[in-house]
Amino acid sequence: MARIDVHHVRHSYLPNPQKDEDFALREVHHAFEDGGAYALLGPSGCGKTTLLNIISGLLHPSHGQLLFNGRDVTNLSTQERNIAQVFQFPVIYDTMTVYDNLAFPLRNRGVPEADVDRKVRETLDMIDLASWAKKKARGLTADQKQKISLGRGLVRSDVNAILFDEPLTVIDPHMKWVLRSQLKQLHRRFGYTMVYVTHDQTEALTFADQVVVMYDGGIVQIGTPAELFERPRHTFVGYFIGSPGMNVLPVAVEGRTATLGSQRIELPGVPKAAGGAVELGIRPEYVRLGRDGMAVQVGKVEDLGRHKVVRARLEGRDIAAVIGEDETVPAEPKVRFDPAGINIYADSWIVEMGRVEVGA
Amino acid sequence: MEKTWNNRAWFLVLPVLVLVAFSAVIPLMTVVNYSVQDTFGNNVFFWAGTEWFEELLHSNRFWEAMTRNLIFSFIILAIEVPLGIFIALNMPKKGWGVPVCLVLMALPLLIPWNVVGTIWQVFGRNDIGLLGYYVNALGIDYNYVQDPFDAWVTIIVMDVWHWTSLVVLLCYAGLVSIPDAFYQAAKIDGASRWAVFRYIQLPKMQRVLLIAVLLRFMDSFMIYTEPFVVTGGGPGNSTTFLSIDLVKTALGQFDLGPAAAMSLVYFLIILLLSWVFYTVMTNYDAER
Repeated sequence: MARIDVHHVRHSYLPNPQKDEDFALREVHHAFEDGGAYALLGPSGCGKTTLLNIISGLLHPSHGQLLFNGRDVTNLSTQERNIAQVFQFPVIYDTMTVYDNLAFPLRNRGVPEADVDRKVRETLDMIDLASWAKKKARGLTADQKQKISLGRGLVRSDVNAILFDEPLTVIDPHMKWVLRSQLKQLHRRFGYTMVYVTHDQTEALTFADQVVVMYDGGIVQIGTPAELFERPRHTFVGYFIGSPGMNVLPVAVEGRTATLGSQRIELPGVPKAAGGAVELGIRPEYVRLGRDGMAVQVGKVEDLGRHKVVRARLEGRDIAAVIGEDETVPAEPKVRFDPAGINIYADSWIVEMGRVEVGA
Repeated sequence: MEKTWNNRAWFLVLPVLVLVAFSAVIPLMTVVNYSVQDTFGNNVFFWAGTEWFEELLHSNRFWEAMTRNLIFSFIILAIEVPLGIFIALNMPKKGWGVPVCLVLMALPLLIPWNVVGTIWQVFGRNDIGLLGYYVNALGIDYNYVQDPFDAWVTIIVMDVWHWTSLVVLLCYAGLVSIPDAFYQAAKIDGASRWAVFRYIQLPKMQRVLLIAVLLRFMDSFMIYTEPFVVTGGGPGNSTTFLSIDLVKTALGQFDLGPAAAMSLVYFLIILLLSWVFYTVMTNYDAER
C-alpha cells in the first residue's frame, strides 16, 4: 500500500503542446492517502482516465512528478510500480483456467509455486469464485470475468494501489450493486489504496470516501459526498452531482441580499468580494414549495416514486424543486430558498460567505 | 405471425438452379460419363466400367504425384504460417507505415498466377535471370531446369513470395482487433513478450490462422499454373503435381477416360478435405 502524490502533473497527447487547450490534463496536484478509497468523477473526456493511466505508468506525463510513499516513480515502468488496474472491459486470458488467470501475475514474477497456490486460493475465496477454479475463463459471464480482472490485482498482496477504470460499465445493473459492495468490503478488510474512475455519480458517491471531481482537464473539487452535495465549489459540480442538478440563477448581490429580477433573497451571510458574473446556486432539495415566498409558474411534475420533481419558472428562469411523495403543488405556488442550501458563485467559482449557521 | 406456405416460391430459386446446372452439374456429369467409358474419338464410346478407377488407384504415377503434392503443401505451410505470423507481429499498428505495409503486402496477391509464374521463370534463369545469374555468379550451382532440388526450391520460394501475404493480412486483422486494454493488463501483470504472444496474441489469432491454414492448404493442393509455367512439371516428373499430371493425361495424351477418373478422385479428395476442415472449424466455433 502506498500514499500516492501527484505532483503538478500535466499531460498532453500532442507532441508540442503550447496552449492550455492542448493539454488533456491541465494541472493536477493532489495526494491520494494510503488506504483511501477515491473516486475520480467527471464527464467523458475530462481527463480522468489519463490521470489514472499516468498513475499506473501506462502513460508518461508531459510534465510533473509522481511519488509513491515519497519515492519518485515517474520514470518507472508499470511492473516496477507494482500497481493493479481493472479496465472497463474485462481482460481475461481466454485459453487459461480461472486458476491460471489468477496465478499469471505471480508466475510472471517468479513466485514459488507453493506460494502461488496459497495466494490464488485465498483470492478465489475473496472474489467468490473458488468453485470455478478449474473452469476455462472464456465461458464466464461478464461480471465473473471482471472479478477475475480484479482478482489478478488482489492476488499480489504487495500492490501499491488498485486502480479501476470504469469497471462496471459492462455489468448488469443488479450485479453492479453486488460488485460495488464487495469492493467496498475488500477495501474495508484489506485497506488497499483504491482509485476508481467513473462518470456515474451514484457509483462514485457510494464507493468513495473522497470524490475527486474533474472537469475539462483539471480537478474542480475534492471532498466527501456530503461536501460535494452541500457546498459545490464550482457550478459544474452543482450540475453534475445530484439529480436533478443544482439550480443556478444569475443574481446581483448587495450585502446580505441577492436580487433576482424583482425578487429579493436573503443570504445566510455576506459574500466576500463577489466580482464578475454572480450566480446563486441552490439544490432542488432546498427549494421549498408552498404558499408563501416568490411566485412561480409550475410547468410539469415528475413523479419519481420516492419523491417528486417540480419543474417551474421563477422570474423567467427554469428552476427545479423536490417535494415529498405525498405533497401536492398548491393552487398559487410560491417558493422559498432554505438559507442552508444557498451558495454564491462568482465566475462559476464559489464565494465564501460569513455564514451565520442557523441552529449551529 | 402466420407463415404462408406456397410451393410456387421454388420458382424463385429456379434461375440459380439453372445456372449451377450449366456451370457445374452438367460439366461434372460429362466427366462422370467419360470416366466409365473408353473412346477413340468420333463420338464412339465403349463401356469401361470401373476399369479406369482401378487402373488409377494402382498406378504409381498417381500416387507419386499425390505424395509430391502433400510434401509441397506441408513445406509451404510450415514456412508461410510462422513467417506470416512473424511479419504480422512486426507490422506497425498505427501511423503512415500501416497503409504502406498493407499495400506492399497486398501486391503479390494482386498479380495473376501465370504472371507470377513468368516472373519467376525469368527471374530464376541462369542466363538472363537476375536471381539465377547472380546465384551462379556466387559460385552456387543453381539450375532449376535440370536439377530437381533447384526446381523445388524455386517453386517453394515462389509460392512463399506469392502467398505469405495472405497469412500476414489475416493475422494482422486478428492482431489489430485486440483491444489495448489486453496489452495494458499484460504490462500490469508483468507478462513477458513471449507470454503476451502465447496468451493474448496467439489465442486471438487462432481463428484467422485456422482459415489461413485451410485456404493455403487447399490452394497449394490444387496448385497448377505457377509450376506449370516455371518448370512444366519437370525436370523429369519431379514437380508434376496432381493437377499438372491430370492435364498431361487429358490434354497431352488425350486419355479422356483415365483423366476423367482422375478428376473425380481428385475432386472427391478436395471435397473430403473441405468437409474435414469445415467440421473442425464449426466444432471449434461451437466450443467457444
